[in-house]
Amino acid sequence: MARLIKTEKEVEGQYSETWVVVEEDVLDQWPEGPRGIVGQPAAKVDGYERARGEARYTADVQLPGMLHAAVLRSPYAHARVRHIDVAKALDAPGVRGVLLPERAEAPPTHARAAIESDPGAIGRALAERARVAPLTTEPGYPGHAVAAVAAETLGQAEAALDLLEVDWEPLEPLLDADEAVSRGSLVSEERTYERGDFERGLAEADVVVEAEYRTQAVLHNSLETHQAVCEWHGEGELDVYVSTQFIWGVRQRVAERFELPPDKVRVVCEYMGGGFGSKNGPGDYTLIAAELARITGRPVKCALSRRDENRATGNRNATIQRLVGGARADGTLTALGGEFVNAVGWDGFSASTAGPMQMLYACQNVRTVENGAKLNTPPNAAFRAPGFVEGTFGLECLIDELAAKLDLDPLELRRRNHAESDPVNERDYSSKNLEECYRRAEQHWARRDEVRARSDGPWRYGVGLASQIWYGAGGPPSYAWIRVGADARVTVVTAMQDIGTGTRTAMAQIAAEELGVPLEWVQVSLGDSARGPFASISAGSSTTPSMGPAVRAAASDVKRQLLEIAAQRHGVDLSTLTLVDGKIVAGGEREWPLSELTELLGDGQILGKGARGPNPTGMRALTFGVQVAEVAVDVETGEVVVERVAAIHDVGRIVNPLGARSQVEGGIVQAIGHTLSEQRLLDPSTGAILTPTLDAYKLPTIADVPEIVTEFVDVPDPHLTNLGSKGLGEPPIIPTAAAIANAIRDATGADVRSVPVTREEMLTALARARERREETVGAPSA
Amino acid sequence: MELRVNGELRRFDAPVGRSLAEVLRADLGLPGTKIACFEGHCGACTVLLDGVPTLSCITLVHTVEEREVTTIEGLRDHPLVDAFVREDAMQCGFCTPGQIVSGAALVAANPEPTRDEIRHAMAGNLCRCGAYRNIEEAVSTWRD
Repeated sequence: MARLIKTEKEVEGQYSETWVVVEEDVLDQWPEGPRGIVGQPAAKVDGYERARGEARYTADVQLPGMLHAAVLRSPYAHARVRHIDVAKALDAPGVRGVLLPERAEAPPTHARAAIESDPGAIGRALAERARVAPLTTEPGYPGHAVAAVAAETLGQAEAALDLLEVDWEPLEPLLDADEAVSRGSLVSEERTYERGDFERGLAEADVVVEAEYRTQAVLHNSLETHQAVCEWHGEGELDVYVSTQFIWGVRQRVAERFELPPDKVRVVCEYMGGGFGSKNGPGDYTLIAAELARITGRPVKCALSRRDENRATGNRNATIQRLVGGARADGTLTALGGEFVNAVGWDGFSASTAGPMQMLYACQNVRTVENGAKLNTPPNAAFRAPGFVEGTFGLECLIDELAAKLDLDPLELRRRNHAESDPVNERDYSSKNLEECYRRAEQHWARRDEVRARSDGPWRYGVGLASQIWYGAGGPPSYAWIRVGADARVTVVTAMQDIGTGTRTAMAQIAAEELGVPLEWVQVSLGDSARGPFASISAGSSTTPSMGPAVRAAASDVKRQLLEIAAQRHGVDLSTLTLVDGKIVAGGEREWPLSELTELLGDGQILGKGARGPNPTGMRALTFGVQVAEVAVDVETGEVVVERVAAIHDVGRIVNPLGARSQVEGGIVQAIGHTLSEQRLLDPSTGAILTPTLDAYKLPTIADVPEIVTEFVDVPDPHLTNLGSKGLGEPPIIPTAAAIANAIRDATGADVRSVPVTREEMLTALARARERREETVGAPSA
Repeated sequence: MELRVNGELRRFDAPVGRSLAEVLRADLGLPGTKIACFEGHCGACTVLLDGVPTLSCITLVHTVEEREVTTIEGLRDHPLVDAFVREDAMQCGFCTPGQIVSGAALVAANPEPTRDEIRHAMAGNLCRCGAYRNIEEAVSTWRD
């Protein structure tokens, strides 16, 4: 019988309650440890399609008659559009439609004449205006969409943009986050949090560290830029091909915008070229493509250039963190406090930069204040553990600075403040193996004498570590269907997306494991809202913990049916039957190939369905880890080289150790970019973005990759779903920056409190450390 | 104009100023070559021109007439493809064709590249997912 129950759901740290319908009996988890297929390394089931260039990305979608859109984006951080003269653009070769902001002035007379002579495409475009496209006459950031053109070729569309005569009134931009906060320019209300008595805790401390940490704005730079192709079928049905992390979210938002029943919007994303949090919604490009397609009656592609990508599609916002930490001589944290400013931008959300300070340690007295500054800079977007990457840098550097003052081993200091239950709401953890992570970190931590001994000439070597805490439990709803045909081959159908994390592979492994068939027998059909049931967003480290249990439940449903049929066919007791490696096995004595049974089906199919069950009630399901970094610093030039990172993470059961290791390595590589080279630079007076290209914006290359050692605790969370798996996408990027900064301190004695650690930043930190030493040495003797 | 692509003579019309990458993708039905920056900074569009790795997004198609173009579609049976899949040397896969084309040029010229030689030869192919360690492993073990 179906049961309706309420459960808690979390996405990127935001909790909500949701109803969930539970039908199936809950499956017992598999015992701890690798199984025949789940827990064994598996190459990507779609690896050949990707490697051979056969995978069809949104960028590869070409529809008959497809037009190309170009978007006029504001060159100013803040401006008013007084007037747009479209006459020349309308006359330009190949132009089929122009979208202007709702409040733009009417087109000039001769354009109206053009409308009358061509009542098709262009006419409707101008007559109806941008009904739903997000175009503005008051751009609030450089890159804000103002107008759009559809033409036969992209070149024609771009040429027509240049012919739009815009009368701009540039306005003064607000670019400084502290100034915005003092002026009350915020994206949301100030968030305050306090437990215990912070002032008393500080008074009880034997040592106190007060420091300001800063993190920079970084750009996602997914290699496939944000893009969509939209095609209408009549007035009432819309196909959207889009590079997205959330097929169902795009479907909902587009349906709302165009006032369509959601089932009239079909969203397709079979392969996508990276997202990292920036592709959770439809963006302006999808709505612009859909609107241009509507008024031209043709399919329209709207694909961002790399330069527009880096202006208009989000970023990890910069932060300022003014932190205070106090501890007793034995290392007990008595107070943690922070004032956090997120430089959010024109729009977006103020991520929980204070989250790690509130959640990671058992400190009794914590006070945090968070503000999200609304600025004339591009809106932020979720970027792989938003808030926690930034907040962990501040907190875990602060902890090491306390350790230095206390003359305590940094690993030991962390152990002494280990939280046995969630310090925020005193709930039990559904599982927590952070102490096991610390234990496994010891062998890497123990290398520091040997590493430091490598110091030679200007090169200094050191080791640092940092802890990780994050969400990653996923939640309902998510569904999967499975069908088995006469050939005994298995197809998992679900309308989810694989953003490159190996989702198809993990789901195939789970289905094959539960069904007892070889992995090669399973294919996973995903990426099309018209073809399968609802599936979770691929964000917040939620894909495997949200979808995996649904796939296992569906496979179990199919297995039950197959075994029931087998019992009847072979006249054996159902309870003795099981499926192993594609064979029906009776009590370990007799066996029959599964295909012998399924052949009887002819055109028939066995159909199974499964749903994600609820999260455990009253518990906190979180992920944990620790990373140990080894660095070399040239104290003369300020060059920093990361030589080795050891990562130990606790994310419950590992489904695919090969894919999981790749996730960790990828997270660490991105984190090294964040720590050492990546930085979105703005002109401080105009707000213009100075690093929109992959030449100016420094991504890590293959030559920047250190030795990476990856370990997993790999113990299923006994309370979380039929799988016991948590998500892994985000955890590995979280502690790396602090581990590197702490290794730099170990190597040089310098406190780096701002990322990226450019050579300038490194040399400044070294100079500060030198001054401090000279003050100490030069002080009058006591 | 005419172009030899993956051993086949292809005829097409292209306006002056059209890039090789656009012709391959849009006109010749070879979308395996990806465009990620369109200004020669990322390596996703790498093809071989007479065996030499070349950024097709900043190569004007009219400048390569009568030369031999090899795209990922012409390398689909190269041992590097197996190596990339085996070593999980990709995540989203958008940069992967370009990586394999660059790798193919390297191992053709230098069948046993050192780690440093791999890093040098592949440094122009960006991978935002950070699959570099596995890419290095795949190129290093391409004949296994």
